[in-house]
Amino acid sequence: MTQPADTAPPATDNGRRRRLIDHHATMWRIRAFERAAEDGLAAGHVNGAVHMSIGQEAVPTGVAAHLITEDVIASTHRGHGHSIAKGADLNGMMLELFGRAGGACAGKGGSMHIADFKVGMLGANGVVGAGLPIAVGAAQGLRLLGRAAIAVCYFGDGAANRGPFLESLNWAAVFKLPVLFVCEDNNWSATTRTATMSAGPGIAARSEALGVPALSIDGNDVEAVDEAAGRLIGLIRGGSGPRLLHARTYRLKGHTVTDAAPYRPADEVAARWEDDPIARNAAELKALGLDDDEIAAIEVAETARIAASVTAALAAPLPDTAAAFDDVQDIGRPRPGAEQGQAWSTHGAMGGIWALDRGTQL
Amino acid sequence: MSAFTYIEGARRALAEELERDHRVWALGEDLGRGGVFKQYDGLQARFGAERVVDTPISEATIMGAAVGAALVGTRPVVEMRFSDFALCAVDELVNQAAKNRFMFGGQGRVPLVVRQPIGVWRSSGAQHSQSLESWWVHIPGLVVTAPATPADAYGLLKAAIRADDPVVHLEHKALWPLTGPAPESDAPAELGRGRIARPGRDVTIVAWSAAVHEAMAAANIAAARGVDVEVIDLRTLWPWDAEMVLSSVARTRRLVVAQEAVRDAGFGAEIVATVTEALGDRLETRPIRLGAPRIPVGYSAPLEAAYRVGPDNIAAALLRAVASPAAA
Repeated sequence: MTQPADTAPPATDNGRRRRLIDHHATMWRIRAFERAAEDGLAAGHVNGAVHMSIGQEAVPTGVAAHLITEDVIASTHRGHGHSIAKGADLNGMMLELFGRAGGACAGKGGSMHIADFKVGMLGANGVVGAGLPIAVGAAQGLRLLGRAAIAVCYFGDGAANRGPFLESLNWAAVFKLPVLFVCEDNNWSATTRTATMSAGPGIAARSEALGVPALSIDGNDVEAVDEAAGRLIGLIRGGSGPRLLHARTYRLKGHTVTDAAPYRPADEVAARWEDDPIARNAAELKALGLDDDEIAAIEVAETARIAASVTAALAAPLPDTAAAFDDVQDIGRPRPGAEQGQAWSTHGAMGGIWALDRGTQL
Repeated sequence: MSAFTYIEGARRALAEELERDHRVWALGEDLGRGGVFKQYDGLQARFGAERVVDTPISEATIMGAAVGAALVGTRPVVEMRFSDFALCAVDELVNQAAKNRFMFGGQGRVPLVVRQPIGVWRSSGAQHSQSLESWWVHIPGLVVTAPATPADAYGLLKAAIRADDPVVHLEHKALWPLTGPAPESDAPAELGRGRIARPGRDVTIVAWSAAVHEAMAAANIAAARGVDVEVIDLRTLWPWDAEMVLSSVARTRRLVVAQEAVRDAGFGAEIVATVTEALGDRLETRPIRLGAPRIPVGYSAPLEAAYRVGPDNIAAALLRAVASPAAA
């Protein structure tokens, strides 16, 4: 995953071709993963609220092309794409969605809390806008430790109506922190059209008003995302302070897998499918001289990779119930089976309390 | 033995930890000017504005940024100004800091401390006087500390900063000027250990934070009536020293809990429940739980007084506990 920072998309056709092929593979990896998640949900292997980013794959693909492993990202409830583009382990992710032992989050998180700290993916978040302050603080912490890494915060259009949006952008600008805010503007705040709930001239204008220069782009054009992200990340790494990338895209599916989204006009969704970032990139590859088979082979290869991770997940055991007590905290940690009595360990052995319970000390 | 104040203990603890570990830093509003109570006095001049950070009035981001900064390897000390203002950052504390380690399967740690000055103080009214320890104790993942003495203002803050779990550190506003013995060493206090503030035979009273001093005063009143009271200062509320409380009550067979916070669903209920579950059939009298009425704190002196428990009420409860045999 690690690529040299701030590489602008190469000007030569050959270099451009190579880069768009890579983007195509990443976007298919994300889409194949999410389709497998949908199938897993239908089959009863995946549970809970699963949020699809189908139609939005170009955004994390273009942004992550400029990130190194040491850079950190904060993600949203719609985080599969952010995670995959950052280089998260696919098997770990699939095990996690299937709720299996060995999952990326040990079965504690599921789709809603997918994360892979090893590659700087600091977690999908169930609270809209919650990643904003976390990303800002991560950038501040990295700077304090003298590390030359940046933070990227993905968030949706809906989050721009929450207080942490104002607080975090202002904060990042005041402290001139190395943060790229990436707004994936998919038009929808859960099941409400964001435009009906947002006053003023839009997210980029809000960002500028808070002292964070913003760039608004076609987020379904992976090359445009790549180019814009490269430019902004180059500035951020150069010490220019935070930037915001407003990527206009569309959520082709419902809010969750089980949301059929009847609140949307069918012709609107059909028209948006015509703007599918993967199909657009395929057309671009064709113009660059790839034939249909070569383009299809990318899809086949990525789908096979994901299928292998599904096979592995289905074969893996469920976590042991006792694991529910792991990783809560060290000091005052919970004790399995102690709910009926003393459910903590104050300092090692609880002999005193258990002995009292048995009455041997009285 | 040398003496210092509660506020000096807190200030010294943070200064020593900033000195000892370059990953420790503090952030909050007005810290460069010493903080609301001057508990940060001189620290920015000494450690620089990058490590004692003045922030915008953005409680959610003060707390949320600390979570992010902790995840990348720093150890932030968060100042909330008044515990009441921490309510502007509940998502960041409860949904982010407390759950992060669990939710992501132990991939990260959130070693932050959030300092929340609690309690009734100088006609401050309903939004600057609360004690909400029961909120934080209820949340899996959090450690909760509540020093009553200058020595613990020092030792518990040091322990909180060194802990790898998120810690809610509740400092009582009325105690800042309190003078007491300084600890013998610069070692951090042990989290989860209570303190017998006064040994006694007849009845156990459990308290924490400022209520410890009211309990001590009440114990003196009771002593004048021939009742020998054991006062336990819990010091840490999660994990709390149930061993110390249970072994004390097993001896005295009587329990009174005194808290400044609203009594209903306050942390005192947890102590009474635990003691009753463990020792119910051995108690001489029913446990007595004292706390504030379920009213906001009023501004005017008599209204504020209506909220306070006070040594006299506690002393009366202690005498009641000793006088009345348990009803069947």
